[in-house]
Amino acid sequence: MGQQWDVDDILDRALQEEDPQRMDAVIARLVGEETMSRAAMLRRSAAAGIGLTILASPTAAFARSLGAAAAAPPQRGASIGFATILKEAKREKKINTIALPPDWANYGEIMSTFKKRFGLGLTNDNPDGSSAQENQAVRSLKGDARAPDVLDVGPSFAIAGANEGLYAKYYNRYWGSVPRAMKDGRGFWLADYWGVISFGINRAVVSTIPRSWDDLLKPEYKNKVALNGSPLTSGSAVAGVFSASIGNGGSLNDVGPGIDFFKRLKDAGNFIPVQATPQTIASGQTPIVIDWDYLNLAYVKAYPSARIAVSIPSDGVYGAHYCQAINATGPHPWAARLWQEFLYSDAGQLLWLKGYSHPARFTDMSKRKVIPGALVKALPSPTAYAKVKFATPGQLSRAGAKIAAEWPAKVGS
Amino acid sequence: MEAGRGVRLPLAWLVVLPFFLYAFAFMFLPAGKVLFGAFQDADGGFTLANLEEITNEPYRTSFKTSIEVSLVTALLGGALGFLIAYSTIRDGTPRWIRSAFTTFSGVAANFAGIPLAAAFIATAGTIGIVTQFLAGHGYNPYEHGFTLFSKTGVELVYLYFQIPLMILVIAPAIDGLKQEWREAAANLGATPRQFWRHVGLPVLTPSLLGAVVLLFGNSFAAYATAYALTGGSVPLVPITIGFYLSGDVLSNPHLSHALALGMFVVLAVMMAIYVPLQRISSRWVK
Repeated sequence: MGQQWDVDDILDRALQEEDPQRMDAVIARLVGEETMSRAAMLRRSAAAGIGLTILASPTAAFARSLGAAAAAPPQRGASIGFATILKEAKREKKINTIALPPDWANYGEIMSTFKKRFGLGLTNDNPDGSSAQENQAVRSLKGDARAPDVLDVGPSFAIAGANEGLYAKYYNRYWGSVPRAMKDGRGFWLADYWGVISFGINRAVVSTIPRSWDDLLKPEYKNKVALNGSPLTSGSAVAGVFSASIGNGGSLNDVGPGIDFFKRLKDAGNFIPVQATPQTIASGQTPIVIDWDYLNLAYVKAYPSARIAVSIPSDGVYGAHYCQAINATGPHPWAARLWQEFLYSDAGQLLWLKGYSHPARFTDMSKRKVIPGALVKALPSPTAYAKVKFATPGQLSRAGAKIAAEWPAKVGS
Repeated sequence: MEAGRGVRLPLAWLVVLPFFLYAFAFMFLPAGKVLFGAFQDADGGFTLANLEEITNEPYRTSFKTSIEVSLVTALLGGALGFLIAYSTIRDGTPRWIRSAFTTFSGVAANFAGIPLAAAFIATAGTIGIVTQFLAGHGYNPYEHGFTLFSKTGVELVYLYFQIPLMILVIAPAIDGLKQEWREAAANLGATPRQFWRHVGLPVLTPSLLGAVVLLFGNSFAAYATAYALTGGSVPLVPITIGFYLSGDVLSNPHLSHALALGMFVVLAVMMAIYVPLQRISSRWVK
C-alpha cells in the first residue's frame, strides 16, 4: 500500500524547492504517500498542483513588498521573507562553523547539503573541539573574519554563553514547535537534537549483548567496557554516569550511585579507562562503549566488519540535547540565520534524524506525520526511549561538581 | 673609532630583538597572565580562594601523582639513560653503536604524545601484540594485575622518551670524562670502583643533576601522552588543568591558572634544591 520513497530521494526533491515552506510541503506530500492508497494519491496530486500555486504567492508577494533589504538581521525569522534572508546571506558569501565532526549526527551531510543548496562557502574549524573551545573562540576572535557564526554547544555552556552576552537573540520561524524545555526563554539558544546513552557493542568480539547496567558487571566483559572520555571533561561520559546512576537507584539529583557503579565496574576489572573512539570499537580494543545512541548507530554502517550492535540500557535511560546558538559578533550574521532557518525546517531536521539523533522538532513532526517510515525504522524502538530523563542545567552543574570531587579518588588510578 | 663603536652596539641589540620579542610574547606574557589569573575570581576581583582550593583534595592527589610520576621517571630514566650512554661511549665499544644510539635517541626523545600512547596501546594494551603473544604462551599480564592504563603504565610510557633524552643530554658530559684520568687512576692502583667514587662521579655529578632536573620538568609538563593513554583517569596536574579550561563539563579558568601557578612553585622548589647541589658538586670541575 502506498509509495515508499527512499529518504535520499525525498530530501533531494524537497531541496530543489525555493524556501523551507515549500520544502516542508514536498516532504509532507511524499511521506504522506507512504500510507496512502493509489486512488487517494491520484486525487491528491490533482489538488496539490493547485494548492502549491496558492501557497507560493503570499510568500513571494510579501518578500517583494519589503523592498530594499534591511541592513541588520531581524530578531524574528518569520517577520522577513526567506528570499531576503537568502539574498543577504549570498551577499556574505560564506559561513564559519566550529567543532562539528562530520560523523556526528550526520553533520558531514548537513554541511555539504547547506553548501550545495544555497551556494555558500563553509569553513568548519576545529572539528573535534569542545564546547569550552567554541565559547572561547567567540571571545578571542571577536571582530575577526574567522570567528564562528554558529555554535553547537552543551547546555551548561549555552547558558554561560548567553549570560555572558556571546550570543544573538534569534527566533527562527520554527521556534514555536520546539518544546519549551528545549529552548532559552530569552531567545539566545535552542536545542538542536537529543540522544540517549547507549551501549555500542562489537559483536565480532563480544558474543552476548548487555541489555542493562547490571549486565555490564558480568565477568565475561572483563577489560571490555569504556567511556567516550573522562566524565571530568566529556559530556557524553557525564551522561554515562547519569544513566548508570538512574539505573542503580540514584536520580538526576544524585549521581553518587553512578560513580559507585563505575567503581564497582573498575574493581571487577571490566572497565578500561581508554578513551573510546570508533576505531577502538572496530579494532576490538574497547568492544563495549558507553556513548550517545546517534554515534553508536552511525558506527554500525561505518564499520560493517565489526557487526556493531546498539542497545539502550533497560534500567536507566538518560538523554541530553545540544544547543544551537548564533554568535552575536559573528562576521556573517545573515548566513548564520539562514543556517538556523534551514536546520529547523523539516528538511534540516530529517537530516539530523538521518544521523540517528532525535531532532528538536521530532514530536511536532511525528504528530504531523512527516517522518519517512525508513528513518523511524532505523532508530531503536520508541519504547526504549519512552522512559528518557533529561537533566536541568542546575542538576548538570551539581553533578559535574560531585564527579570532579569524587571520581578521581574512586575510579581514577 | 668612536663612530665605529657607536654603530656596533645598537646593531647587536637589533639582532637579538626578535628573540626577546618572541620570548616576551610566548613565555613572559602567558606566564604573567597565569600569575595574575590565579589571583582573580570570575568577576575579575582579587581573591586567594583559588590558591586555597588547590590545596584541597582532588588537586592534592593530582600534584602528588604528578610529582611521583616525574620523580620516578626522572631518576629511573636518568640512571638507565646514563648507563646506556656510558656503555655506548666507553672505549672498547664499536664506534657505530654510539651513532646508532644517538640517532635513535634523537627520534625517540621527541616521539611523545598521542602517537606514543597509540603505539603502546597497540603493543601492550589489553589486545596488544605483546600481550597476545604472552597470553598465547600461557601468561596474560592483564590477569596478573598488570594494566597499561594506570600510573605504572604512564611511567612505563614516559620512560620511552625520558631514557633517550637522558642519553642525548649526558653524552657530551661523558665525553668530557677524559680517558687519561682513567689510565692515571689505574696507574696509581685504583680499582674501577674507587675511580668512579673519587673521580668519575664527582666530575659528572653537576651534569647528572642538571639532566635529572630536565627530565623531571619534561615529565611534569607532559599532557597529551597521559591523556591519550588513560583518557584522563590517572590524575595528573596538566590533565586537571585541561578539564577546567577546555572540556565539555567543567569550566573554571582561574582555578586552572592557580593549578599552573602551583606547577611553577613545584618547579621553583626543584630549582631551589638543584642550585645549591649544583654549586657544591661543581667544586671539582672548576
